[in-house]
Amino acid sequence: MTTANALYDVPGPKTRKRHRLYGIASTVVILALLGWILYLLFDTDQFTYTKWMPFEYKGIQELLLRGLGNTLKAFGLAAVLSLALGTLLAVGRLSDHRPVRWLSTVVVEFFRAMPVLVMIFFIFVALKVQPLPALVAGLTLYNGSVLAEVFRSGVNSVERGQREAAFALGMRKVHVMSYVLVPQAVRAMLPAIISQLVVALKDTSLGYLITYEEFLHAGKLIASNLDYDLPFIPVVMVISPIYIGMCMLLSWFAGWVSHREQRSPKTGAVDVAPAEPGTLLPRVQ
Amino acid sequence: MNVLTDNFSTFGDGFLGTVELTVYASVLALVLGFLMASFRVAPVGSLRVFGTVWVTVLRNTPLTLLFFAVLLGLPRFGLVLPFKVFAVLALGCYTSAFICEALRAGINTVPRGQGEAARSLGMSFGQSLGLVVLPQAFRSVIPPVGSTLIALAKNSAIAGAFSVTELLGTYRTLSELGYNIVWTFVWIAVGYLIITLAISALFNALERKWGVAR
Amino acid sequence: MSRTTRVSFAVVTLAVLLASACGKEGSPPVKGPAAEKLPNYQVAQGFQLPDSKTWERARKRGHFTVGAKEDQPYLGEKDPATGTYSGFDIEIAKMMSASLGFAPKTVRFRTIASANRETALQNGQIDYYVGTYTINDMRKKLVGFAGPYYMAGQSLLVRTDENDIHGPQDLAGKRVCSAAGSTPYQRIKDDYPKAQLVAYDTYSVCVDNLLTYQVDAVTTDDAILIGYAAKVPDQLKVVGKPFSEEPYGIGVPHGDNALRFALDDALEAREKNGDWKKAYEATLGLSGVPAPTPPAIDRYPAS
Repeated sequence: MTTANALYDVPGPKTRKRHRLYGIASTVVILALLGWILYLLFDTDQFTYTKWMPFEYKGIQELLLRGLGNTLKAFGLAAVLSLALGTLLAVGRLSDHRPVRWLSTVVVEFFRAMPVLVMIFFIFVALKVQPLPALVAGLTLYNGSVLAEVFRSGVNSVERGQREAAFALGMRKVHVMSYVLVPQAVRAMLPAIISQLVVALKDTSLGYLITYEEFLHAGKLIASNLDYDLPFIPVVMVISPIYIGMCMLLSWFAGWVSHREQRSPKTGAVDVAPAEPGTLLPRVQ
Repeated sequence: MNVLTDNFSTFGDGFLGTVELTVYASVLALVLGFLMASFRVAPVGSLRVFGTVWVTVLRNTPLTLLFFAVLLGLPRFGLVLPFKVFAVLALGCYTSAFICEALRAGINTVPRGQGEAARSLGMSFGQSLGLVVLPQAFRSVIPPVGSTLIALAKNSAIAGAFSVTELLGTYRTLSELGYNIVWTFVWIAVGYLIITLAISALFNALERKWGVAR
Repeated sequence: MSRTTRVSFAVVTLAVLLASACGKEGSPPVKGPAAEKLPNYQVAQGFQLPDSKTWERARKRGHFTVGAKEDQPYLGEKDPATGTYSGFDIEIAKMMSASLGFAPKTVRFRTIASANRETALQNGQIDYYVGTYTINDMRKKLVGFAGPYYMAGQSLLVRTDENDIHGPQDLAGKRVCSAAGSTPYQRIKDDYPKAQLVAYDTYSVCVDNLLTYQVDAVTTDDAILIGYAAKVPDQLKVVGKPFSEEPYGIGVPHGDNALRFALDDALEAREKNGDWKKAYEATLGLSGVPAPTPPAIDRYPAS
């Protein structure tokens, strides 16, 4: 809290008492809110045995695990392919030849501007592709474009001196990139890359909308079954923590990598901003 | 080509639906995001915890799951509202987590010296925040908030799968009527491009007026 | 943050491990009556259909791949625990497979959503589709139809204690639920504007709302409604005569007329020898609604 600490003095006794009062008041309000939600859950019979009973059965558990496996499969494929596509597009954008650069820019900007769901639906409905390839293709196109931007900004944020020194030594462009720039850039780009992969993991749930049998779809199958008294809330209570847990794990991994790199002397010079969903028009500096 | 001219009203309804969703959800996201950001920097511990939990959970939940839980789950608690309201709620809460982080990062870019100088001039907490820190933070916050709102406009496409009238959902109606699916998608893509370009242009104008070189 | 994440990770892994380690076999109990025994369909021996590309594909594979619904009780539903499909449409599909030379138990079913039926038939994902597929001229441009094998009509599902609604004319001021964007929804909107329409994305949500008094009636094809009523016969009933005509057909790829006519012949044979009635009585008939006479088969000429 940099500015926050400079905004007010160290709290004196009266302020501390006031803050304690605020603390107690807000804790009470938050607990009341939680209590009300629990009351609602019990009131609408969400914890009855019939609603939770399906989870006891091995068949149901296997259905959920299969769905989870499908989600991870889609994520794995999309991650690998978008890294590959991102590299290709970044090389294009960093090229010295104008038409290549121009083409890559158009491709990257177009796929960043389109909603992922529109692309997935287009591939699924108009090109009549099966659900898994359609989902993976859509995710690859979008995340590949964003990763291309991450790679490009990473390579561009290596100190200019490195690039100039390498050229001065007589290295050709290919050698400059592969021996000098990219190795320095990659270590710093890792957190941003992993954060983008978290986005890809979250977006695999879009497969639910094109009937790909992933985790959310498996949950819906159980939740909309009249035989089990429509156990909607129990299903949400089971699958949400797993989804959130997976994404949190990956995000935490990104944070850990970023901390490790910050402490490492090799990447002290480079600081890459994380990839944001892009603006369309060029930024005014 | 005649997909557009024959069905202008369908496309128009869908386009308006998306614009409405984007505008209402943006307002909700900005308000909630500001609230959560203030919770996160508050001196009160439980508010900080609440803010952190809100942001962490919502940033790591897939939006589809959130829509699923809100649109299909909340009615079981007796809360029956039109689908559009639920969609705005889900979108707004989801984006508020990202706006909160953007605002916090913006506040952190204001140099410490500014706050210290304001304090040493005898300004109260409210005065330092309102007259010195926030106006500067506001300037550096414009680009990330702009990108987050563009992402919100794109995410609104998911609402179409949950019975809300919006642009992507029009493809279903039009393909049942037998129109060429590729052209339908071209016009849908154009519609989304118009919305994202408009938001981009708006934020570029804001940045030109108030932006700070980063 | 890292400690909380580590803890949550550990909890999640533990839960997953626990879940996979112990679980009851079989499926959770289902509501509604279950058929004593499903009918046996005699398989046609030595059946050949070389003119049909779809049949040849199935022969190379050794079985048919059939598209169906998975969430319509007693019509086309999938048991989430075991993955087996059951219902009237499923029985029709099995019957047809038997008549075309493949044993019913070899049929592989795939769930295809309503919006993707034509796409699935066109790109060969499935060989034929049996799942409340209404025949209409617009669809005939994209796929072929064998049958119809059942004449459904739009009707209303209400609670058993509801005495005010006997037909669509009594819907003024009542809350009526249907699937968003479906034909039944549109019909009520156009013909009975005084009804208060509510739309959800699946019928099971509508039925749940009906049971919890959030809506007063659910409207869609009577076959689907009969299936839901059969699940909880003491709480729901179907009222009124059907007020539209929805002929259900078997979707086949466009242009595969050999398959279409073969299926038409097979349907006629099964209707004559009583298998059609047996299938109905083992599924939809469990609701108490007696078997109707099957509709006349429409052999429209190849185009």
